[in-house]
Amino acid sequence: MAYPPEFKYTKEHEWLAVENTTGTIGITDHAQSSLGDIVFVELPKVGTELTAGKTFGTVESVKAVSDLFAPVSGTVIAINEELATSPEKVNTAPHAAWMVKITLSNPAEIGALLSVADYEKFIAEEQ
Amino acid sequence: MRYLPKSPAERALMLSAIGAGSIDELFAPIPAQFRLNRDLAIPPQMAESEIVDWFRARAAENATGYDILLGAGAYHHYRPLVIDALISRGEWFTAYTPYQPEIAQGTLQAIFEFQTMICELTGMEVANASMYDGSTGAAEAVMMAMRITGRHSAILARSVHPEYREVIATYAKYQGLPLTEAAFTANGRVDLAALDAAITPETACVLIQSPNFFGTIEDVAAVADVVHAKGALLVVSIAEALSLGIVRPPTEADIVSLEAQSFGVPLSYGGPYAGVIATREKFVRQIPGRLAGQTTDRNGKRGFVLTLSTREQHIRREKATSNICTNQALIALMVNIYMDVYGRLGIRELAEQNLAKAAYARKTFGTKAKILFDGAPRFNEFVLQTSQDAYEISHRLASKNKIIGGFPLRKFYPELGNAAVWCATELTSRAAIDVAASEVSA
Amino acid sequence: MSDKNIRKVTTHISQNEGLIFEHSSPGKKAYRLRSLDVPEVDATAELGDALRTESAALPEVSEIEIIRHFTRLSTWNYAIDHGMYPLGSCTMKYNPRVNEVVARLDGIAGAHPYQPEQNSQGALRIMKALADQLIEITGMDAITLQPAAGAHGELTGILLMRAYLESQGNPRKKVLIPDSAHGTNPATAAMVGYQVENLRSDNRGMVDLAALEAQMNEDVAGLMLTNPNTLGIFDDQIACIAKILHRKGGLLYMDGANMNALVAKARPGDFGVDMMHLNLHKTFSTPHGGGGPGCGPVACKKELEPFLPKPIVVETTDGTLRLDYDRPQSIGRVRAFFGNFGMHVRALAYIMANGPDGLRQTTEDAVLNANYLRKKLEGTFDLPYSTPTMHEVVFSDKLQSKLGIKTGDIAKRLIDYGFHPYTVSFPLVVSGALMIEPTESEPLEELDLFVDAMKSIAQEAIDTPELVKNAPHSTRLSRLDETAAARKPILRWKAGTK
Repeated sequence: MAYPPEFKYTKEHEWLAVENTTGTIGITDHAQSSLGDIVFVELPKVGTELTAGKTFGTVESVKAVSDLFAPVSGTVIAINEELATSPEKVNTAPHAAWMVKITLSNPAEIGALLSVADYEKFIAEEQ
Repeated sequence: MRYLPKSPAERALMLSAIGAGSIDELFAPIPAQFRLNRDLAIPPQMAESEIVDWFRARAAENATGYDILLGAGAYHHYRPLVIDALISRGEWFTAYTPYQPEIAQGTLQAIFEFQTMICELTGMEVANASMYDGSTGAAEAVMMAMRITGRHSAILARSVHPEYREVIATYAKYQGLPLTEAAFTANGRVDLAALDAAITPETACVLIQSPNFFGTIEDVAAVADVVHAKGALLVVSIAEALSLGIVRPPTEADIVSLEAQSFGVPLSYGGPYAGVIATREKFVRQIPGRLAGQTTDRNGKRGFVLTLSTREQHIRREKATSNICTNQALIALMVNIYMDVYGRLGIRELAEQNLAKAAYARKTFGTKAKILFDGAPRFNEFVLQTSQDAYEISHRLASKNKIIGGFPLRKFYPELGNAAVWCATELTSRAAIDVAASEVSA
Repeated sequence: MSDKNIRKVTTHISQNEGLIFEHSSPGKKAYRLRSLDVPEVDATAELGDALRTESAALPEVSEIEIIRHFTRLSTWNYAIDHGMYPLGSCTMKYNPRVNEVVARLDGIAGAHPYQPEQNSQGALRIMKALADQLIEITGMDAITLQPAAGAHGELTGILLMRAYLESQGNPRKKVLIPDSAHGTNPATAAMVGYQVENLRSDNRGMVDLAALEAQMNEDVAGLMLTNPNTLGIFDDQIACIAKILHRKGGLLYMDGANMNALVAKARPGDFGVDMMHLNLHKTFSTPHGGGGPGCGPVACKKELEPFLPKPIVVETTDGTLRLDYDRPQSIGRVRAFFGNFGMHVRALAYIMANGPDGLRQTTEDAVLNANYLRKKLEGTFDLPYSTPTMHEVVFSDKLQSKLGIKTGDIAKRLIDYGFHPYTVSFPLVVSGALMIEPTESEPLEELDLFVDAMKSIAQEAIDTPELVKNAPHSTRLSRLDETAAARKPILRWKAGTK
């Protein structure tokens, strides 16, 4: 699967899409493939403050739980309710199955994230 | 030694295959200073017949064949013989936890059936595969309420089994969970006004027991109204599971913690028993302990697996819902079989008999001494207040009449004075009740 | 592949059996109550609003249907009575029958926990005898039999740790736990309000002493150690480890899951352990029962004795036994009543059947068996640590994963050879782990069959990998969909469903 060039990425395998001051966050194809079949996604409530680098939820497969790390800081304004009934969307369309939308509190943090090229290089090296 | 399937020749063969000169070489990793060079100071090996004789002698030193008019959290009910006949099969009791579902469908299906029946009995939507017992189950239910609400204190009714409350206190102490008590009124039920006043925005849950330690059935609906109005959860603990045969289930509860011992589990001086936690579907991911779920295999055939395992310690480690690993599988199997033997009608009939025996006991004892807490319904236990010390009565009944009498309450409820909680089940004969009652007036 | 030559008991493949509810039909019954010898009562009058109006929909079946149902279901289970479970750290040993008989004796099975002490001397004597003998076996000073299982024992042990340190003025904040530890360890520490800090292993699979030295300070309450560890390796630095902890006022807790390598050969109390739990359902032969009940006594040194759960069984001057509740520093209760007494009985019977020489021989055979398997399988499977191992050994799937075969696949294929799988993917320090513990209960014949099966599967991984990847092929059900079970949990039967 191709990695959208307009996204930013983290070493914890999250992606961030930015439109003005709104950030949309999900996990990458690499992440979903290492996790295996996803059975449950635990997301924060609307209004929660996220801090860059800190955990904001979890994603579960049958045999493992992985923390979700916030790429940037902000306040949660929406969560993807579909994932409660259809967590498998994260497997089939990881770059479309967004998890949370936030209002960025510190847009400068975007600079510390990886570009698509850097991310692809990173995962190639990890193998 | 008769459990060891090796001959000296085989041991020698194996050592040589390993390339070790002696078995001592295989223990070389243990520093010499710690290697024992003496026998353990324990009694010498015994023949099987000697072992049986030793335990028979111990059994004879315990009350055997006495009439038991005592409950207080452990109930003397008849155990259908098919239970032991079935669970003694090696495939049941020497099997491991069903982590490999293809070769453990027996255990998994039995657990699934058990979970179903507990839901039916308690009126809850989902039940787990069992906790250690009712006391730790209650503690875990309180912890669960804390996780669900995000609140950090709990109120325990004083009419909850005192040892259950002690266990909860131990669990709560290091989780930063302050506990307060809710008093009971003259009818034996929890004081609703006092409860209402005690609930704060930090109260995660209120725990009541029904029937409670005095045998009194709580007004669960009324308690639920008070508790829910303040945004807290209601946890109901049930120690006498048979009550659910005739008493309405606590459907207003958010979490039910049941002790299933009444259902075919031997008294066995306090254990092993089986607790269960049952709750609403929306809380399922916060339930501790194992869960068996239905699924299909790759050929579409129905089967069962342990599921939602990510709640548990082996995956979530320090973030697990609990550290619990073991469940009480074999005990849950006994409970399953018991519920099948009696079934829908039998559980009710049995409960009705218990009700009748206890009513007769109350009436008979009531002519000799004071029955407390008359203002509310009871199942098979009641409290009797006497002029004589309850321990002395107990002692006399045991030595003179081979009767195990009621549980003296002074230790936990000093304000009740010479009171004891008595129990009458389907196994309590009228004669035993008459004899016991004749002794209490003295 | 020569499975035609391997004649082992397997679980029943053609027996079909529905849920008990699917046999239910109104009017069938399996019970008959005695007639009442007291007057009947009107339940409505007795209970009023508390009366149950609708009976629970429990099954209505006959006795023979119950017998057949549970007999048929039982044939779907693998069990120790069939053959080996090579599960690491589970110690799946023989469950002796004398244990079952003595546990069912009337005065023992029928004893009410609250019957007067004068009428419970037999029960108290059983508990005292077990307590004394476990103290001798562990080299400790005191013990509680109250915890209901291993994890419960761990909780009790760490509660003791905390209570002791609080009495010394500072409970501290963290507990160190090796990366090879069983999941119950960190879960337990969290329940007692401690933060968990990981402790690295070195390349021999032992505690990294330098790391321990660096991480040990006055914020660390102690270390939870399994010895031998989950790799089967006895950490011979144990005296040093204990010293590092004790020097800074910390305590050493030992998870006793692997005691099967030590009983009668070495005692944790002798090598610096302050408190530990035992798993009676592992080392002491009480049956696993499909997942429980267990029993997890906690033994400790005398400094910790005052904090033990109450009550304790004590002997009075006239030789009678009583329950001592007068223990002001006790952490309280961890369970109602006295613990899983039925398991106390069974464990004591096991110790009696063995005696000191039997226990020693048992431990020696356990270590012999594991080393034999190690020798026979090394080369076929990758052995990540060359360090000597005791009662269990951990291989990895490194060689087979190059061919696309993982430890889970090998485990499933092992089922076709009539064995229960070993422990898959644990400990986490080894990628693709195969954790194998035969126990002393395995005859040489069974061990050789296991070796043959494993070698055969390794060959299949090369020649016919699909056979391994899609195993098991010989069971009634295969590769159950655990994903669906977790996504859409169905946790009970409902009328009208299939």
